[in-house]
Amino acid sequence: MAKHYETVIGLEVHVELATKTKIFCSCSTEFGGAPNTHTCPVCTGMPGSLPVLNKQVVEYAMAVGLATNCTITQNCKFDRKNYFYPDNPQNYQISQLYLPICRNGHVDIEVDGKEKAIRIHEIHMEEDAGKLIHDPVTDCSLVDFNRSGVPLIEIVSEPDMRSAEEVIAYLEKLRLIIQYLGASDCKLQEGSMRADVNLSVREYGSKEFGTRTEMKNLNSFKAIARAIEGETERQIDLLEEGKTVIQETRRWDDEEEYSYPMRSKEDAQDYRYFPDPDLVPVVISDEWLEEVRSRQPELRDDKMIRYEEEFGLPEYDIEILTSTKHLADLFEATNEIVQKPKEVSNWLMGETMRLVKEQDMDIDDISFSPKHLAALIQMIDQGEINRKVGKQVFEEVFKHDIEPAEYVEKHGLKSMNDEGALRKTIEEIVAANPKSVEDYNAGKKKAIGFLVGQTMRATKGKADPGMVNKILKEILG
Amino acid sequence: MSLLNMTAVELGKKIKAGEVTVAEACKAALEQIKATEDKLNCYVKVLDEETIMERAEQVQSQIDAGELNGPLAGVPVAIKDNMCTEGITTTCSSRILYNFNPTFSSEAVLNLEKAGAVILGKTNMDEFAMGSTTETSYFGETKNPWNTEHVPGGSSGGSAAAVASGECFYALGSDTGGSIRQPASFCGIVGMKPTYGTVSRYGLIAYGSSLDQIGPMTKDVTDCAAVLETIASYDSKDSTSIPREAYDFTSALVDDVKGLKIGIPKDYFGDGLDPEVKEAVLNAVKILEEKGAVIEEFDLKMVPYAIPAYYVIASAEASSNLSRFDGVKYGYRAEDFSGLHHMYKKTRSEGFGAEVKRRIMLGSFVLSSGYYDAYYLKALRTKALIKQEFDQAFEKYDIIIGPAAPTTAPRLGESLSDPLKMYLGDIYTISVNLAGLPGISVPCGRDKNGLPIGIQMLADCFKEKTLIRAAYSYEQARGAFDECPAQKGVN
Amino acid sequence: MANVITDETIDYVGILAKLELSEEEKEQAKKDMANMLDYIDMLNELDTEGVEPMSHVFPVHNVFREDIVVNGDTRDQILKNAPEQKDGSFMVPKTVD
Repeated sequence: MAKHYETVIGLEVHVELATKTKIFCSCSTEFGGAPNTHTCPVCTGMPGSLPVLNKQVVEYAMAVGLATNCTITQNCKFDRKNYFYPDNPQNYQISQLYLPICRNGHVDIEVDGKEKAIRIHEIHMEEDAGKLIHDPVTDCSLVDFNRSGVPLIEIVSEPDMRSAEEVIAYLEKLRLIIQYLGASDCKLQEGSMRADVNLSVREYGSKEFGTRTEMKNLNSFKAIARAIEGETERQIDLLEEGKTVIQETRRWDDEEEYSYPMRSKEDAQDYRYFPDPDLVPVVISDEWLEEVRSRQPELRDDKMIRYEEEFGLPEYDIEILTSTKHLADLFEATNEIVQKPKEVSNWLMGETMRLVKEQDMDIDDISFSPKHLAALIQMIDQGEINRKVGKQVFEEVFKHDIEPAEYVEKHGLKSMNDEGALRKTIEEIVAANPKSVEDYNAGKKKAIGFLVGQTMRATKGKADPGMVNKILKEILG
Repeated sequence: MSLLNMTAVELGKKIKAGEVTVAEACKAALEQIKATEDKLNCYVKVLDEETIMERAEQVQSQIDAGELNGPLAGVPVAIKDNMCTEGITTTCSSRILYNFNPTFSSEAVLNLEKAGAVILGKTNMDEFAMGSTTETSYFGETKNPWNTEHVPGGSSGGSAAAVASGECFYALGSDTGGSIRQPASFCGIVGMKPTYGTVSRYGLIAYGSSLDQIGPMTKDVTDCAAVLETIASYDSKDSTSIPREAYDFTSALVDDVKGLKIGIPKDYFGDGLDPEVKEAVLNAVKILEEKGAVIEEFDLKMVPYAIPAYYVIASAEASSNLSRFDGVKYGYRAEDFSGLHHMYKKTRSEGFGAEVKRRIMLGSFVLSSGYYDAYYLKALRTKALIKQEFDQAFEKYDIIIGPAAPTTAPRLGESLSDPLKMYLGDIYTISVNLAGLPGISVPCGRDKNGLPIGIQMLADCFKEKTLIRAAYSYEQARGAFDECPAQKGVN
Repeated sequence: MANVITDETIDYVGILAKLELSEEEKEQAKKDMANMLDYIDMLNELDTEGVEPMSHVFPVHNVFREDIVVNGDTRDQILKNAPEQKDGSFMVPKTVD
C-alpha cells in the first residue's frame, strides 16, 4: 500500500434517560416486562392520542449539555421525522432537527498522554422506537412497544476522532459524565447507550473529507473497535481498487467482522421533518438554566482534585475510586461514617475489586451498603476481629450485604482477646512442639512462624496475630 | 309543539321539568332516524336502540336524583365520526378504519357525557374530514335534508344534516378549513368553530393538527352557546389546549349590538359570490345596523392567499398524521402482499379514498427534500401575514361579517371532478383556521331553490362571547328560521 | 402549466407516502399535483422577506408533564384492534433486520 490513510470518525451516541416515565406519556420506562405491558394509546400511536412532554427529559438534556460545555438553546422545539417502520407506531419519530436543545459543546479526552477536545455538534431529545422480534414459527416479526417513547438524547459529535482509541476514550468520558449526572446508567449491553459510527478515510494531509458511511448495531466497546478497523479496511480497499465509497447506512456484523448495507429502495431517507404541531416550544429562561446549573453534581474531574486535597489519596487510588460514580459514592458514604479515607480506599480497591473480578461483574452492580463496610472497618479497628477474619466477613458483606456484627457473633468469629486463655493455649503448643522451640533457641528465628501458625489453627484464626507473637516471644525468652 | 321541533335547550328544560323523559326524547330521535335516514345517510353508525335506552335510563335516574342539572342533560346528540368514542366504532368515514373500536373517548365527548348527553350515533363525514361535500365518505354520501339532490356540505355534513332533519337534537362537528361552518350554512343550522385550543383535541383523529377544532352544530345560537359551554375545557392531555378565563358562554346570550363595530371585508363580496347569497348576507348586516351596530367596509387583502397556504399546511400535517394508518395496529389490512413495504402500500392504497390520497401525496411532496422552504415555510410565513392582517382588523372591529360559502349547496356529484374548484369554495372559511379565530355560521335566508344561506361572523381570538352576542341578536331580529322539510319526513 | 410532475416524482412520492397507484391513477395524480402546485405558486406574489414562519398561532410554551408513572398494563386494550397478533405483540410481515 503506497498511500497512507487517515480514518476520520464522528459519533452519534444515543442515551436512554433515567426518567421514570416515557417522554410523551405516563407509561413506565422500566426495562423488561412482557411485550406491550408498558404501553398506552400515546406510545402505540392510537388515533386521537396526543403527546405531552415530560419535564424531567428537558432537565436531563440540559444537565448533559451543561456538563459537555454546550450552549443551551433557550427556545427549542420538536420536529417530526417521517419514515415507515413497524417499530415506530406513528410512522414518525418525534425528534429535534431545527432547534436542538444543546449545541456547540466539547468534551476533553486523553489518549496516550495527549489531551484532545472532541467537539459536540448538538444534543437533541427524541423518542425511542419499539422492539421487533423475529418469530421463527410464522416467519413474521412481532412488535413490542414497551421501549416506544422511552426518552433519548442523541449526542452528535463533530468528525474529530482519528482512531478507535479516541472513540473509546470519548465514549468512556461521555458515559462517566452522564452517569455522574444520574441522567442514564449508560449500559451498552442493555442498549441504554448506543453509538452509531460515521466513518470516512482520506489520505494523510488531505483537507477534504472522504465519503462517509454510518454504521449501526454496535453494542460493546470491543465491537466498536472492531467495526472501526473493519470499515476502515473496507473503505481503503475500495479506494485502492479505484472504486468509490457510497454514502450509506451499514449494519455491523460483529461475528463476520464486516458491515453490510442496511437500506432497501423503499427507504428514501427523506424524512420530511417539520415542526410537530401537537407540541409547543420549550422556552428555557435564564432562571431555569441557572437552577439546573446549580443542581449539577460534582463531576469526575472536580472530584479527583477534591480527593487529593481533602483526603490526600494517591493518584492511583483516586483514578480507580472515581472510575464510576457508584464506586465514588460508595467511597464517600463509607468514609463519611469511619473517617478513614485510605483504609476505605484499600478495602474498595483491594478486596472489592478482587471479588468484582472473581465474579466477573460490573462495578456498577456492587450492591453492599456502605454502613456494613464501615461497621467492618470499625470492628477491625477496635480489635474485635482480626484482619484475616475481616476479609472472610467482607466476602459475606459483598455477596449478601450482611450485618457484620451479627454475622461475627453468630459464627463465633470474635477475636480471642483474653490474654490469660491465649497464654494457656500457647503454653500447651510450646510444650507439644519441643523441636521448634529448640530450633528457635538455636537461632532459627523463623521457627516462631510455625508456632504462630499452630496457635492460629488452635484458635480457629480468632487470635490476634500480634498478641500471639508477643506472648510467644515472652515464653520463649 | 312536537318534540322534534324543540331545540336542545328547550328539550333539556322539559326533561328537567319532568314533562318529557329522556327515553321519550331518544325515541323521538330514533323515530325520525327510521323515517329519514335511508334517504339522507347522516350516520355511519346509529347505536342499538337497547344501548341508547339503557343510557337514557341511567341519565334519567341521575336527573331524577338531582345529580345532573345542566341544560343538556338527557338531550340526545350525534357525534362526528372522527371523534373517538370508547366501545363505538370510529371510522373517519374511511375504509382504513372501518372496524376501529377506540379504547377511550375524546375529551369533548366525555365532557358531553358528564353533562348527561345520550349519544345516538356517529355521523358521516368526508373521509378524514377532507372535502366540502361529504361525498368522499367510504360509507356513501350524505344528502341535504332541504333537497336530497344536493350535498349537505362538509366535511361535517352528516352532523349538519342530522341536526337539520331532526335525526338528533344537536351534534358535534370538527372544523379544519370550514368543515362546521360551511355545512351548517348549507343545511340551515348554526355551526361554530371556537378559538383554537378552546375544545380539547384529545381523541379527535387528526387531519391538520394546527387547524383542527371541535365545535357545536345546533338548531340555534342558544343551543350553540350551551354546547360550547359544555365541551370547552382546559385539557392537560392536549398540549395546545388553552386555559380560558371563563367558560360561561351562555351569559353572552344578550340581545344587544348597540355600538358594536362590524367590519365588512370588501374582498368577501367580490367575484365568485353568488348574488343571492350576497343579498341575503347584506340584508342580515342591515338588520344588525338597524339594531345599532356600526358597519364599515374594509380591505382584507390576504384572503385569496389563505387557500394555497391552507392546502400546503393541512396537506403536510395530514401526510404525517395519516401515516399511522398502516395495517399494523388497527383498522384495515390488505390481503395478499409480498413483504412489509408492499403490505403498507397495498393497505393504504386500498384503505384510503382518492381525495385523501391526493392530499397525502401533496403533503409528502411539499415536505420533501428541496421543497420544504419553498412550500412549507412559505405557507407558514403567509399564515403569519394572515394572522397579522386579522389582528389589525380586530383593532378596529369587534366582528367581521361575510358569507360562509360563495354559493348554496351544490348538486351531488358536481364538485369532486374538479378538486381545485372545490377548494376555492372554502375561501371565506379557511383563513379563520389559519388565524385560530372563532367563527359562527347562522342561517340568514334561502335561495330561489329553497336552499339555506348562512351568514358568517368572525371575532378575535378568545372573543366567543362577542360572537355569540352578535349572532344571538341577529337571530332574535330574524325570527324563527324556516322549518326543514325533512323534519316532516323525506320523500 | 408551470409545474410538470414527472413519473419519477410520482413514484418517489409513492415511496414516501407508501401509496401504490395504478397507471391511470398516476396520470391523474400528476395532473392534480401540477394543478395544485401552480395554484400554490400564487404565494410567490407575496413578499415574505423577514417574516417568521408561524407554526403555532398562540405563543404558548412549556407545557409539561411531571415524571410520575400513571399508566398501568392495558395490553389487552392496546392489542384489541390489531389485524394480527401473537404472544402479546402486533404481528407484521418479516422485517429486514
